[in-house]
Amino acid sequence: MEKFTKLRAVAAPLPMVNVDTDKIIPKQFLKTIKRTGLSKGLFYDLRFDEAGRPKAGFVLDQPAYREARILIAGANFGCGSSREHAPWALLDFGIRCVIAPSFADIFYNNCFKNGILPIALPPAQVDLLMDDAERGSNAVVSVDLESQTITGPDGGELRFEIDPFRKNCLLNGLDDIALTLEKQAAIDGFEDSQRASQPWLYA
Amino acid sequence: MSQPKTLFDKIWATHLVNVQDDGTCLIYIDRHLVHEVTSPQAFEGLRVAGRGLRRPDATLAVADHNVPTSDRSKGIDDDESRIQVETLAKNCADFGVPFFAMEDIRQGIVHIIGPEQGFTLPGMTIVCGDSHTSTHGAFGALAFGIGTSEVEHVLATQTLIQNPAKNMRISVDGERPLGTTAKDLILAIIAKIGTAGGTGHVIEYVGEAIRALTMEGRMTVCNMSIEAGARAGLIAPDEATFAYLAGRPLVPKAGQWEQAVTYWRSLPSDEGARYDKEVILPASEVEPQVSWGTSPEDVIPVSGRVPDPSDAPNDDKRKAMERSLDYMDLSAGTPIAEVSVDKVFIGSCTNGRIEDLREVAAVAKGRHVADKVYAMIVPGSGLVKHQAEEEGLDRIFTEAGFDWREPGCSMCLAMNADRLEPGERCASTSNRNFEGRQGRGGRTHLMSPAMAAAAAVAGHISDVRELV
Ligand code: SF4
Repeated sequence: MEKFTKLRAVAAPLPMVNVDTDKIIPKQFLKTIKRTGLSKGLFYDLRFDEAGRPKAGFVLDQPAYREARILIAGANFGCGSSREHAPWALLDFGIRCVIAPSFADIFYNNCFKNGILPIALPPAQVDLLMDDAERGSNAVVSVDLESQTITGPDGGELRFEIDPFRKNCLLNGLDDIALTLEKQAAIDGFEDSQRASQPWLYA
Repeated sequence: MSQPKTLFDKIWATHLVNVQDDGTCLIYIDRHLVHEVTSPQAFEGLRVAGRGLRRPDATLAVADHNVPTSDRSKGIDDDESRIQVETLAKNCADFGVPFFAMEDIRQGIVHIIGPEQGFTLPGMTIVCGDSHTSTHGAFGALAFGIGTSEVEHVLATQTLIQNPAKNMRISVDGERPLGTTAKDLILAIIAKIGTAGGTGHVIEYVGEAIRALTMEGRMTVCNMSIEAGARAGLIAPDEATFAYLAGRPLVPKAGQWEQAVTYWRSLPSDEGARYDKEVILPASEVEPQVSWGTSPEDVIPVSGRVPDPSDAPNDDKRKAMERSLDYMDLSAGTPIAEVSVDKVFIGSCTNGRIEDLREVAAVAKGRHVADKVYAMIVPGSGLVKHQAEEEGLDRIFTEAGFDWREPGCSMCLAMNADRLEPGERCASTSNRNFEGRQGRGGRTHLMSPAMAAAAAVAGHISDVRELV
């Protein structure tokens, strides 16, 4: 997983609430057995018409936002299906940070496994960033994970909260599985005692 | 005496493997269900890292999302779908995971086959790379959906890194009126608390109307906990739970069964246990429900009218409503029971069990699907299909003009060939009415199986209470 430390990039506004993962990447793109190349399906139904022709106007297709690395969105972002294809598609497009008033749990979790930083902020602060983002390519936003701050294009600074464990994993690009395998002895011990008390759980 | 605990607290506490100084928990996972869409990258990850599978005996795999629901003797037409299903079969063979192939009578939707096989048991932690894993909470198991990276983590370590959820209690008091089903209760709950109402929480459903539900009904309620934003849903195990499980293939064997039941009886929440959030819903107020928009919280009683965006509580909501009405091609004030449908879909992990099919048969018997309506019934598993046929339900369906199909996810998400065409309107027993969910441009109205059957025979959304 790629580390996340600091990011200075254009922020794209997506002022919609309840953006579900079906919308982020529709089902026809889930038939892949790979993690890469999914940006072609990102927000597909918002970007392309029924015949697969590009529709004008979707924010990420506007020249000002082609290089966006940050997405500012409405509440309950990423609700619905657990598909990790949603963060994979965002990442494949280049999005490394999503800022919204709230996130659905599974999506939020999935972001951290892929080096994407999801930031939940109070709605009024998201509104400010949304206004900034509307200004296009001049709206460069900086996110600093170490100091947990966001700096807007006009220099205003916002603080955000993040779980310390997840922060550490992102900052160092740590692999969860390797970390857990270090606790092998504890897992073995758990299984021994569970097997004694609930033997029916073991074939 | 120790602090009174909720059912969730008890399951959580008995599955902690390790707690770090920063509070991050490592929890043990008792059972892992796997399907073809969210697992290929996880198995690939294991291969790349040279890791094995910790507990194949605690893992069960099935293909459900991509399988055809028509004649299967010729295999799967679509190349990508076929590759995904074949990849699952190969991964299961390579890693020693028990797998129900498409030809196996036990094949079906992952959340239907877990309980059906007795793979799902009270007090367990259960995960699957699928959000509707919440279904298994009906047995008093902590069951939740995970992403593919976590699937890989469970395959390799049989554990997950998690933070504890908060406790939420939803009490559905009193008696359910005639014509109101488990589906109507959960739709009414989501309408009340919203699709983010349960975020960060595990919802425990309590109350007389919940106790009175069969296991099938309880699964329907827990299934849609995810649509209420919750991590999981839970219903305390009781005699109905034990009776459902007794004799199923994977339950504790004689000798251990009594020991297990004794343990399961200790699971229900203690008197005085504390909840972070509480909601009360009187069952007597719940009519049959129908969704009108493109979010599962956009739900009204069948006697209601399509709401007006100008009544929205805020700007965001108003914009979302306008967008929904535009997509659904509905105008504010229209009685929902006048809206005509083109297709009817009965099935999914929400409503693809035997009891759901019996409800449909009760409405369909002696009636006929309206002209111009295409109505399909997709059983949740091969065993559900078999039982329905034993009971003669299939004859009722086919005589009434319903299409009786092979088991799978089908038009719940339209990954296989079953889908809505642009502009088509569907009465559906599934769980999501998102834009394009059942096919690009398709319009979904969520409702109970009985209501979907009523819509099929009437040709428009209609009140099932007028038929039974
Ligand atoms: S039936 Fe629908 S909701 Fe259930 S697992 Fe299949 S696709 Fe998901």
